[in-house]
Amino acid sequence: MTLFTRTDRSFLSRWWWTLDRPLLAALLVMMGVGAMLVATASPPVAKHLGLHPYHFLFRHMIVLGPALVLLLGVSMLSPRWVWRVASVLFVIAVGFMVAVLFHGLEIKGAQRWIDLGAFSLQPSEFIKPGFAICAAWFMAGQKTERNFTGHKIAAGFYALTIFLLLLQPDFGMTFVVSCMFGAQIVLAGLPIRLMLILLGVGVLGIGAAYVSFDHVQSRIDRFLDPASGDNYQVERALEAFRAGGVLGTGPGHGTVKEGLPDAHADFIFAVAGEELGLVFVVPLIALYAFIVMRGLSRLMQGAELFALLAAGGLLTMFGLQAVIHMGSALQVLPAKGMTLPFISYGGSSLLAMGFTMGAVLAFTRREGRPSAARGGLSVGSV
Amino acid sequence: MTLAVAQVISLTGDRSSALYIARGRLVLIGALFALAFFLLAVRAVDVTVMQALPQTETAAPVPAVQGAPLVRRAAILDRNGVLLATSVKAASLYADPTLIADPKGAAHKIVQIFPDLRIQDIMRSLTAPGRFHWIKRHITPAQQAAVLRIGEPGLAFAEDYRRIYPQGALAGHLLGYTNVDGRGLAGFERAFDDTLAQGQDSVRLSLDTRLQHALRREIENTMRQFNAKAGIGTILDANTGEVLAGVSLPDYDPNHVARADKDAVFNRLSLGVYELGSIFKIFSTAALLDKMSDALSMEFDARQPIQHGRFSIKDYHPQNRALSVPEVFMYSSNIGSALMGQAVGTKRLRTFYERLGLLTPMTFESREIARPLVPSPWRDIDTLTAAYGHGLATTPLQTAAAVASIVNGGTLVRPTLLAGGSAYGQGERIVSAQTAAHMRSLLRLVVTDGTGAKADVPGYWIGGKTGTAEKAQGGAYNHDRLLSSFIGIFPAHAPRYVVLIAIDEPRGNAQSHFYATGGWVAAPAVGRVVAAMGAILGLPPQNSDALKDPAQSMRAYISANAATQGVHDE
Repeated sequence: MTLFTRTDRSFLSRWWWTLDRPLLAALLVMMGVGAMLVATASPPVAKHLGLHPYHFLFRHMIVLGPALVLLLGVSMLSPRWVWRVASVLFVIAVGFMVAVLFHGLEIKGAQRWIDLGAFSLQPSEFIKPGFAICAAWFMAGQKTERNFTGHKIAAGFYALTIFLLLLQPDFGMTFVVSCMFGAQIVLAGLPIRLMLILLGVGVLGIGAAYVSFDHVQSRIDRFLDPASGDNYQVERALEAFRAGGVLGTGPGHGTVKEGLPDAHADFIFAVAGEELGLVFVVPLIALYAFIVMRGLSRLMQGAELFALLAAGGLLTMFGLQAVIHMGSALQVLPAKGMTLPFISYGGSSLLAMGFTMGAVLAFTRREGRPSAARGGLSVGSV
Repeated sequence: MTLAVAQVISLTGDRSSALYIARGRLVLIGALFALAFFLLAVRAVDVTVMQALPQTETAAPVPAVQGAPLVRRAAILDRNGVLLATSVKAASLYADPTLIADPKGAAHKIVQIFPDLRIQDIMRSLTAPGRFHWIKRHITPAQQAAVLRIGEPGLAFAEDYRRIYPQGALAGHLLGYTNVDGRGLAGFERAFDDTLAQGQDSVRLSLDTRLQHALRREIENTMRQFNAKAGIGTILDANTGEVLAGVSLPDYDPNHVARADKDAVFNRLSLGVYELGSIFKIFSTAALLDKMSDALSMEFDARQPIQHGRFSIKDYHPQNRALSVPEVFMYSSNIGSALMGQAVGTKRLRTFYERLGLLTPMTFESREIARPLVPSPWRDIDTLTAAYGHGLATTPLQTAAAVASIVNGGTLVRPTLLAGGSAYGQGERIVSAQTAAHMRSLLRLVVTDGTGAKADVPGYWIGGKTGTAEKAQGGAYNHDRLLSSFIGIFPAHAPRYVVLIAIDEPRGNAQSHFYATGGWVAAPAVGRVVAAMGAILGLPPQNSDALKDPAQSMRAYISANAATQGVHDE
């Protein structure tokens, strides 16, 4: 790139040279792939619903612009400013989630959406990055300032978030937020002994959900014993991969996708498998792996505990959603509706992911050569 | 000051040690993710390579009807294995507009093969968005060949099953019909839809096609003879409740339901409710005999019409004397029956009807079952009218089953369309065996000496009861619009069969001396059905020895002067 020279000290130039450009490139590729997959996966779904064939594609494209602006815009902020924006986002998201309980649209059995005229917004998508960054801020604060009960505040935030999510109810999000917070606690230095206890609590939590919520129970039962119930979507998804084989049927030539009610969102990975085949699916998995690994390794070199905790949590969320989505479609995990970050259709998810990865880009910006930043010698960039 | 410095140092130390720990943990999280993504990639290889489906060059569009695997619907047989309903493979023509080269030309050629289609509709199917539009369901092989000769690649066929009823209208009401996708919409097809759809080979019904044919023929003839509006009939096995035949005319051909008018699709046998009139005297008399052992020698004064408030109960042709129970029964005296009902008592009579299943919807292998119209509240006047079959309306089928439950020895049977029925004598006891025997003799007496004489077929010991009900119309009974019925049992000393025929609004003619009563209209029809049954079932007529006649035992109760009286019917 010759857009900026290294000696150019303007704001944009500094942003460009401190940014993790491979990470940005991977994210942009991912957004392009997402647009393409929505284009091929959504028309059958739209037709089933009696909408224009490109209804979902148009909406996806409309949101893609703002998501890109968010991604780039947030990546230009300093970590302190990211925290400020995130705290406002968290407060607003909590407000909306309370509002959703009273005025929300009920879609497919859960109240998650708030109606904003042309679009409906899912505030729970935004509470995740907001919560992760706020929790990281307070946990990092406990380490750097005495007499600061950051851990307790972070735990309070967690309890509030989980409470609101369970009221909807949204177990997928609850699981993701819990894992994300768990990762942050682990990163913040939880002793191994307590880590094991935490793991036990997590298993107990899933057990409690299994016992007390029928649909959770049936999902898990059907996963453990596919013959025990209706596995229509999952069977279809698997059939899509089998039909696709190594090379796929070619973009737009899939037929199994016609029978997948959520082909454009929760099962878009299966459409990719059918139409583009193994030669596309494995690189796509690798792309997600690259983003997570690249992000984590950049954090290894950082000196800011807050940045490490926040970005660590955000990357965990990003990676976990991808793993759950792909794992559901490949039937290695119980079926759980989860959007594939940057690829699935879903305006709220896309915008929230733009913010999330924008924040990760902001937290992973480095001045100069990485080695110089080691050992807390980082200067100025914050 | 020193404290502050120490604090800063300690904080710096905390911070760097925290960072140190956190970096270690980052490696842990990274490793977990690496493992997860690696496993996903392995699984992707497993699914797409190891379990790959054979690639087809051009995957055919999946027709909507093939969402569920195509199962052949079970055939329906009569009790002797005669095919009543079956499913045959048939091709259905659909269009994939994305592959249609010349919609206009194709539409013109299609309409030549199927002149009943409209060319505008075909054009719409050939040009609409989407890849699957039905043009014509269930076409013949010749039509399929003609469509193939058009040579249009966008015209394709889906194979599915078409329901065929080889007997046509014969048992249409009981069988019902299915929609074009083979789901039951009426009758047995609807009631047993899930069972039939499971794809077992066949289901056997209690029906006997030969008896069905005989019954339908006689009802049809009677309707024509008396210019009647409708006809209803059934033949039950008195011991098992099996419906051997069931007719509701007018009826329809289940192969062409769309062409049937609304009246023809109405199943009067189980979905129509009627005041069946004097047939109910069987029930009130049985209730009385079961209550008092000496009831046969009781006398009821039928000289004066009964006044009850603004109601008055009169006899059609009053006998003007006290009548014994057999006389009340054979002359079908309304006054006598009302007094018998009074003697039974309101509570007891109502309970008796309830136990016979006359006050609640019957259980039967059909979804077209009417709820009887029962007086509510049931006052004393209702007891009087219910005793001779007015003031409450029941379905003909449940009424016939109630008669069977009395004459078969007194145990309850419920009507069933499935071969086998209920085991003999296992039902709830309704009346004592003694009462049942008396009732059989009384029913025989009606045919030998009373209103049902025209039902008699020498050698078959038919017993029975006439019923002539004026149809209620706008709150009053209309003398010209009758429901004339006869319920027959045979052989009367040990009844095996119960035959009911009811004719709706018959018009008397010269042959019947312009009578349109049950005795003139329905009784002869039942007689002809029984004669036909004897031939079909191979029952030789018995020697008619008058002394062995069950009616003989009742003659002792008939007063001497009764023999000179005329026969009356109501």
